[in-house]
Amino acid sequence: MSTHHENPAHDADHGHHDDHGHHTHADHGSLKSYVIGFLLAVVLTAIPFWLVMGKVFDKSSVTGLVLLAFAAVQVVVHMIYFLHMNTRSEGGWSMLALIFTLMLVFIMLSGSLWVMYHLNHNMMPGMMESAPESIPQMHDMHDMNHMQ
Amino acid sequence: MSDTIISSNGAMNAVPSSRFYVREHHPENGTMLGFWLYLMSDCLVFACLFATYAVLGRNYAGGPTGAELFDLPLVAVNTSLLLLSSITYGFAMLEMQDKRQRNTLIWLAITGILGACFIGFELTEFAHLIHEGNGPQRSGFLTSFFALVATHGLHVSFGIVWLVTLMTQVGKHGLTPENRRRLMCLSMFWHFLDVVWIGVFTFVYLMGVLP
Repeated sequence: MSTHHENPAHDADHGHHDDHGHHTHADHGSLKSYVIGFLLAVVLTAIPFWLVMGKVFDKSSVTGLVLLAFAAVQVVVHMIYFLHMNTRSEGGWSMLALIFTLMLVFIMLSGSLWVMYHLNHNMMPGMMESAPESIPQMHDMHDMNHMQ
Repeated sequence: MSDTIISSNGAMNAVPSSRFYVREHHPENGTMLGFWLYLMSDCLVFACLFATYAVLGRNYAGGPTGAELFDLPLVAVNTSLLLLSSITYGFAMLEMQDKRQRNTLIWLAITGILGACFIGFELTEFAHLIHEGNGPQRSGFLTSFFALVATHGLHVSFGIVWLVTLMTQVGKHGLTPENRRRLMCLSMFWHFLDVVWIGVFTFVYLMGVLP
């Protein structure tokens, strides 16, 4: 909000309001920031694909956790270098909205998984484990039908 | 919102015109914040679809699993297309900043083509799945898969429509403040879709083929 106060000097040239009033550098970034972001994103994308396609880890639970970690880091990279998120843009409101959304997403995702896990009588395999064929799966189906 | 006016009143008592100034300035700031809020609500839509996939993603109903269906090289190509389109849109924004209309349009066109290729590959994948009898009605896994991935694809498609519309606008009226603001909104939208795709390729495709 304080940025508004520094602006009356520009009051005269309305044509340039976009440039001065809106933290131009923060909004559009620079060539350097785009290239850094892109390179980071390429590395953070290539490694997960390599981990899975090259079958690097024996345990799929380990691979799964590593994949999620890479995804989380890449999301942050995109937020900073492509979406130009920071604590100052829009006077902090966009960051506040982001934090609020992340909180909702967290509650919703963890809540859904938690509830559905128990609803399936612990037959629902964790996300990392493979579903045993046959009986547990039929059981799953049965439950699903009831839900609808 | 009201605290803008209050705080500026407090700080700027000496300058009588500041209040008018703040008010006049507000609508432009509001667009980007408002669009960001829209993106956050869109984020919730995707989160619901991700949650659905997390719950149903292993319910194969005796049908094919992700490991049997997903073609990872194709997903890798799609991922790089989307990532490339993100940086080409970034270049378009940099050209827009320097008020070079022709270069902006060229980069926007490249972005659009990359996006269209992405959609093309995705539709090919969907057509192939449905043709093999693995459509959304096959199992809970495939239902949630199609719901999530197709919603993302639909967003990209509408992004392309928006992109073409803006290219026409810029071609006709030039890089006016209005068009620049619209391009900035689409920029956020486009990068946001790339962020969602990170979740899709990690959670659906890569983790889907794990045993």
